[in-house]
Amino acid sequence: MSIDTVEQAEQTPDQSQPSKELGLADDEYRQIREILGRRPTSSELAIYSVMWSEHCSYKSSKVHLRQFGDKAPKTDALLVGMGENAGVVDAGDGWAVTFKIESHNHPSYVEPYQGAATGVGGIVRDILTMGARPVAVMDSLRFGRLDAPDTARVLPGVVAGIGGYGNCLGLPNIGGEVYFDESYLGNPLVNALCVGVMRTDGIKLAKADGPGNKVVLFGARTGGDGIGGASVLASATFDDAKPSKRPSVQVGDPFAEKVLIECCLEIFAADLVVGIQDLGAAGLSCATTELAAAGTGGMDVDLDVVPLRDPTLAPEEILMSESQERMMAVVTPERLDDFLNVCAKWDVTATVIGTVTDTGRLRMTWRGETIVDIPPRTAAHEGPVYRRPTERPFDQDAIQAHDGSSLPRPRGGDELRKTLLRLVASPNLADKSWVTDQYDRFVLGHTVLAQPEDAGMIRLDDSTPRGIALSVDGNGRYSKLDPYAGAQLALAEAYRNVAATGARPLAVTNCLNFGSPEDPAVMWQFAEAVRGLADGCRQLGTPVTGGNVSFYNQTGSSAILPTPVIGVLGVIDDVAKRIPQAFRSDGAAIYLLGDTRDEFAGSEWAYVVHGYLGGRPPAVDLAREQLLASVLIDAGRDGLLDSAHDVSEGGLAQALVEAALRGDSGARITLPEGLDPFVALFSESTARAVVSVSRPHEAAFAELCADRGLPAARIGTIDVLGPSLEIDGQFTVALRELRAAWKGTLPARFG
Amino acid sequence: MVTFPGSLDDRDAARAVRAAGGEPVALWHADPSLHDVDAVILPGGFSYGDYLRAGAIARFAPVMESLVSAARDGLPVLGICNGFQVLCESHLLPGALVGNAGRKFVCRPQSLRVENVKTSWTSGYRAGQEIVVPIKNMDGMYVADDRTLDKLEADARIVARYRLGNPNGSYRDIAGITNKAGNVVGLMPHPEHAIDPLTGTGADGLGFFLSLTGVAA
Repeated sequence: MSIDTVEQAEQTPDQSQPSKELGLADDEYRQIREILGRRPTSSELAIYSVMWSEHCSYKSSKVHLRQFGDKAPKTDALLVGMGENAGVVDAGDGWAVTFKIESHNHPSYVEPYQGAATGVGGIVRDILTMGARPVAVMDSLRFGRLDAPDTARVLPGVVAGIGGYGNCLGLPNIGGEVYFDESYLGNPLVNALCVGVMRTDGIKLAKADGPGNKVVLFGARTGGDGIGGASVLASATFDDAKPSKRPSVQVGDPFAEKVLIECCLEIFAADLVVGIQDLGAAGLSCATTELAAAGTGGMDVDLDVVPLRDPTLAPEEILMSESQERMMAVVTPERLDDFLNVCAKWDVTATVIGTVTDTGRLRMTWRGETIVDIPPRTAAHEGPVYRRPTERPFDQDAIQAHDGSSLPRPRGGDELRKTLLRLVASPNLADKSWVTDQYDRFVLGHTVLAQPEDAGMIRLDDSTPRGIALSVDGNGRYSKLDPYAGAQLALAEAYRNVAATGARPLAVTNCLNFGSPEDPAVMWQFAEAVRGLADGCRQLGTPVTGGNVSFYNQTGSSAILPTPVIGVLGVIDDVAKRIPQAFRSDGAAIYLLGDTRDEFAGSEWAYVVHGYLGGRPPAVDLAREQLLASVLIDAGRDGLLDSAHDVSEGGLAQALVEAALRGDSGARITLPEGLDPFVALFSESTARAVVSVSRPHEAAFAELCADRGLPAARIGTIDVLGPSLEIDGQFTVALRELRAAWKGTLPARFG
Repeated sequence: MVTFPGSLDDRDAARAVRAAGGEPVALWHADPSLHDVDAVILPGGFSYGDYLRAGAIARFAPVMESLVSAARDGLPVLGICNGFQVLCESHLLPGALVGNAGRKFVCRPQSLRVENVKTSWTSGYRAGQEIVVPIKNMDGMYVADDRTLDKLEADARIVARYRLGNPNGSYRDIAGITNKAGNVVGLMPHPEHAIDPLTGTGADGLGFFLSLTGVAA
């Protein structure tokens, strides 16, 4: 096997190199030659190609993402901001929480089980890398139409993969979302979120400091899986992928990761590392360049000693391999033995592969020859940055103008009743327990709320009543109608969901799923969504702590609906004060908080009944969202609320059905006067919630709402033993019938 | 409380022991010593990844050798979920646990009827008491040949059965069994996740731990 060494590269400047096949543009290849003052070796080319891929370098999105920093609200809540593996939020009393969401979309289409499983594995390692114990996961999933044949392949595989990996790690899955739309048929979205907990003094950063310190690779051996995954999967659509660029999905071993987690936590507890980084996309290339770039600046690595699963791997392949369950640590020579002993206790393979230097160069040797000699910052941080052209789609005005106001609406109680049953059984609104019952939500013993509650909530530790709540939300249809508003609507919904449990929203993570950035119309959607999110976060006072961009979600020329998925994290002082979703107290009054307008553009009703998408999405009112949240949080803290449930997709009707079924309680509702019953039941106006208040607290609650200026309409009472949901003057529907419609949809499709 | 590589609910079981007034002691799979404990819990999880067969490798752990002989001498042992699987693989209990009938991981609150209340772990319950605890497993279907099942029933060694729906296809709705002496109990559902209504399905599971610590349920 011939090795392309630095010496050889200097002697053969004109040797042709497969830079294009590796996804590098001609300009990018020229830039590499300029940086090095010679042609890159094949190993260097491998490093630059993966590090400068869209997936790792954010080259198309960077100029937009800067707004998250530039517009960030002033807050004391952030201990670590963007740029590290995950942001860290101050949860009070010395507790810190770190969370992040990341996509694994393409791999999950190619190989649903492994794609989704390794998506969970990757985000969990990101959280672990910060020094935190991972304590919960959530997933935001989008598939093609429920009745599409390929959905029956992709969805069960994705769900089994998430469960198979997460359950085996012993992490409770506490929430998320599942949506269906034809645009995701060839591009399902699998966005995995993980949250971790640590003490504020336990934060770890990804940097290789201190010349002479040892670089240790530990965890699984390096194999041939996922080679080129990061670059290739993120750089081209499947249609025009050449055979040589067929994506190869990584294979996960959750047991290895579970052991790695326990091993790392023991290492952290004994304070044995200077810096740590997980190996995810771009594997060793990424870990070595990023650690070196963030630290003293140089590193010498001996690739010969990397433990291999397949001894025939070439150095380029070792550098690009995305084998899972691997970590890299920087350890002082004095602590090295202790470090290796902990690894031995957990049967984790650990190998010293290099040393930190102050040379400013990342040097790697193979069979005694130097095959890499580069300034690490040029690969890790100083990659190309593109200001891609953006152009408002030619049909955007037409989409907004055709607002569907002439679509026939149901009239009279009987038609409204039929509409309700049809909507609760529709794929996006139907019960998702077919999915969530495959996830362990109890393990670790701190889960206070889990799906289908508005937000997942966990207690931070046995020693404290303090907890966190998390929600992830997105709505591709709203974003298609108006990406600026769509991002804010997703943010507002997640924020509202967190507040509905009684927690105070503090920080934001995001996963931005879009089509090709080379399409100016897609790039316009992206730019608008980022601008909307950054503006929204500033107004709500919740900074973005990190996130992920996934481009090239398209099949041929048709892109997915622009889908920013937003995660919001909140803190609650005492989890015993959490507000559940279910109607549960007999005789309690039901209130609708907020204003209802005639807003049906992008609604589930328009989609399910008419297959229609047009108009402007529901109006965003972030000041009102803040007001609503403050009332929910304060009323929850003071014990005034028996239940709270946000009103979003499917409108008031869906919220009432979910709260009634969750508590197996009937309710009698009188719709607010002056509102058309159809609008009252199915409009998707934002900044609304349904709460129930037991009689002794009614006066105090009404006073609170009046004082704050929050519209609160008393719309009914709970009848715990009542067998039905009664809409006065319109219709009555038995809970049994609602439950059958709501619960039947997914099992009927997937068994 | 034994921790194998891949044990998941070990901290949860320790919490349940504390809630019942006991003192949890961590035992390590590679350490053969039982450290003079009064009882042992084998927690849920996926020991060694369970890639071969659930519990099949854990039974060879150094700690298991000491545990098997101590159990034969009467040491109370409770195997939960993966722990139940390990007890069957170790032949402390008859039968085996195989993949759920639905071929999917199942996580949900499960109603049980406690039938044998004479074991070390169920004396705090009334015979026939109906309780709800979570079930969450991949390989939860209890199987054995008819003769073994008949014998288990004849000897009243079925500790608990599923009611209101069998979640995994277990033969004769078996959720848990005991050995002849009543000191070793294997249970597929997770009572350690039903000790506090805030974080579990209720507090119905605490009885298993209170039975051991001798505090009246």
